[in-house]
Amino acid sequence: MKIAITSSGEGLNAPVDERFGRAANFVLVEVDGDERKVETVPNTQNRQAAQGAGIQAAETVHRNGAQILLTGHVGPKAFRALDAAKIEIYSGIKGTVGDALDDYLAGRLQQTHGADVEGHW
Amino acid sequence: MKQLLVLSGKGGTGKTSVVASLARLAKNAAFVDADVDAADLHLLLHPKVQHREDFYSGFVAKIDPERCVECGTCRDLCRYDAINESFEVDSFSCEGCGLCEWNCPEEAISLEENLSGQWFISETANGPMVHAKLGIAADNSGKLVSLIREKSREVAEKEGKDLILIDGSPGLGCPVIASVSGVDMALLIAEPTPSGLHDLERLLELLHHFQVPAFVVVNKADLDDTMAEKIEVRCAEKGVKSLGRIPFDAAVVKALVAGEVLVDYSAGAAALAVKKIWDRLKLELNLLEN
Amino acid sequence: MSRTTIAVASGKGGTGKTTLSVALALALAKRGEKVRLIDADAEEPNDHLFLDIEPQDPQEVTIPVPFVDEDRCKGHGRCREVCRFNAIAIMDSKPLIFPELCHGCGACSLACPEKAIEEKPKVVGWLETAETRGVDFIQGRLKIGEPMVVPVIAALREREADEGWTIIDAPPGTSCPVIESSKGTDHLFLVTEPTPFGLNDLELAVGMARALGLTFSVIVNRAGLGERGVYEFCEREGIEIVLEIPFDKHIAATYARGGTLLDADEAWEAKLVELAHNTAKEVRP
Repeated sequence: MKIAITSSGEGLNAPVDERFGRAANFVLVEVDGDERKVETVPNTQNRQAAQGAGIQAAETVHRNGAQILLTGHVGPKAFRALDAAKIEIYSGIKGTVGDALDDYLAGRLQQTHGADVEGHW
Repeated sequence: MKQLLVLSGKGGTGKTSVVASLARLAKNAAFVDADVDAADLHLLLHPKVQHREDFYSGFVAKIDPERCVECGTCRDLCRYDAINESFEVDSFSCEGCGLCEWNCPEEAISLEENLSGQWFISETANGPMVHAKLGIAADNSGKLVSLIREKSREVAEKEGKDLILIDGSPGLGCPVIASVSGVDMALLIAEPTPSGLHDLERLLELLHHFQVPAFVVVNKADLDDTMAEKIEVRCAEKGVKSLGRIPFDAAVVKALVAGEVLVDYSAGAAALAVKKIWDRLKLELNLLEN
Repeated sequence: MSRTTIAVASGKGGTGKTTLSVALALALAKRGEKVRLIDADAEEPNDHLFLDIEPQDPQEVTIPVPFVDEDRCKGHGRCREVCRFNAIAIMDSKPLIFPELCHGCGACSLACPEKAIEEKPKVVGWLETAETRGVDFIQGRLKIGEPMVVPVIAALREREADEGWTIIDAPPGTSCPVIESSKGTDHLFLVTEPTPFGLNDLELAVGMARALGLTFSVIVNRAGLGERGVYEFCEREGIEIVLEIPFDKHIAATYARGGTLLDADEAWEAKLVELAHNTAKEVRP
């Protein structure tokens, strides 16, 4: 399975970024048993978008083949886009990217079924 | 960290003056002037700009007269009447949709990024302030509001502030909607007049739509105590509690003219009322203060 | 009969746009002149409160919003490519439309090779009318929760009178809604108050008026309230102050109970009619 985690830096040791649409980066982790393949994709284009950053971020996550997203929170437009691609969303991540990944794999994160922040441009 | 937005619906009820006083009274806050169309808070808080950046809000079409053969395709397609008979683009009407650009048979049209204004992170005597100046006749104020709010969250988090105080704009369209999202509470400054009541009621509907809890304060209340009470009753019916009334006080304008914050300038009735309102607000916001 | 359109704007909210617009319209109507009053502050229309009327006959103002026919859609993604407002996302090869970001430009439906996008009207507000005391009145009212008020104001502008006076009461501010209310008018009155806020916002409004190439003049309301800054600014910039409404308890009290300037003092009728005629003479010398 492929998991996307919003991050302010690169790789598993970077601190998470709680934002989704304007997150600095996405760390993509392919999990295969004990194997972890890690790749960091920057989110620069979306961060500067005048509007619809969350929607574009959803597309980026989808385009990179992630089926699971770990982040701080998502707004309603981003949620709608992610939901349309059947991407599972887990919110409330903390610590480093590696911490968030461990939390998810250990079942400590709650799946989100709706936007948990108000939308904005 | 809590976010408090100060709104009114109607313009001129005293939002900015009240926000300036609250800024003085708050011990650990950051401030945002979200009235980017007609920003006034800086006239009272006197911010010193530490960081400024350009704001680009979209695109404007530009027609190259050398390439243009005046076929009129662009004019036929444009829904905003932004291209005149001389094939010049009116930048105020152009929405930057690009329809003309990719349909021009001569590739004579390009889209240019629209520099709409500037935003600033500044220091005031009481804490950091994020504000902006929209360019003359620029648009997309909602996006600029969203941007400065996001910056204020970054600054407040970095400096460990427990409150962001946001001075909102009049009305209830795009800039107000952009300032409403994600706030913990709205403080409504009402004036005791028929316009004040009418505009407040529409605003309450908007806040209800976005599920933002609100409190009301009637300013210049003794101009019409009956109307002040009517407003408070109407608000209470909608679950919006009153945090007090501010009486009409000549000191308010005198302070404004002097470029000073009311609670510094005066110890009169209005200043005292504002202080009491702040005490009640603190309780409602669950702000812990040392 | 000639045709004169006057817009009333300010920059700062609460300076007296509505007070002036309503009184001006009533004064001209009292003299038997043909007047249409347009309340273009569609977010918070107030004129009707002072005219003591209930505007009727709501006509919907709509903007076109795209809908995708999923049977015809082949997932080309051209719609997403051409949309400059990020209002379309392609998720799982299917377009997802975000109407709240849509500007109704029509690019997506034009671009779709399968003609799979249809535009349907979405209501964003209403225009409502009334007639009172010889004034032909029309207001815009934005649907609460809709972000964009400009389409409502644009619809109002199409209802300017073909002859006689059209007075447009603009919203506060200096950006798109005010521009939409004032562009192409014969003259713009900028109402201000003599305080630092009034001055600051007047400067912004003057910048807007100049950028739009509008002929404008200033009206100082609550004159005597604050300080000289506004007067000094106008003198420096060569801007004419055509009227002063004093800071007066009786006027304020009349306003507070929903009365007009004419209710406060009949003498305003002559002053306002004279102002209107002088302004029209400059437009059409």
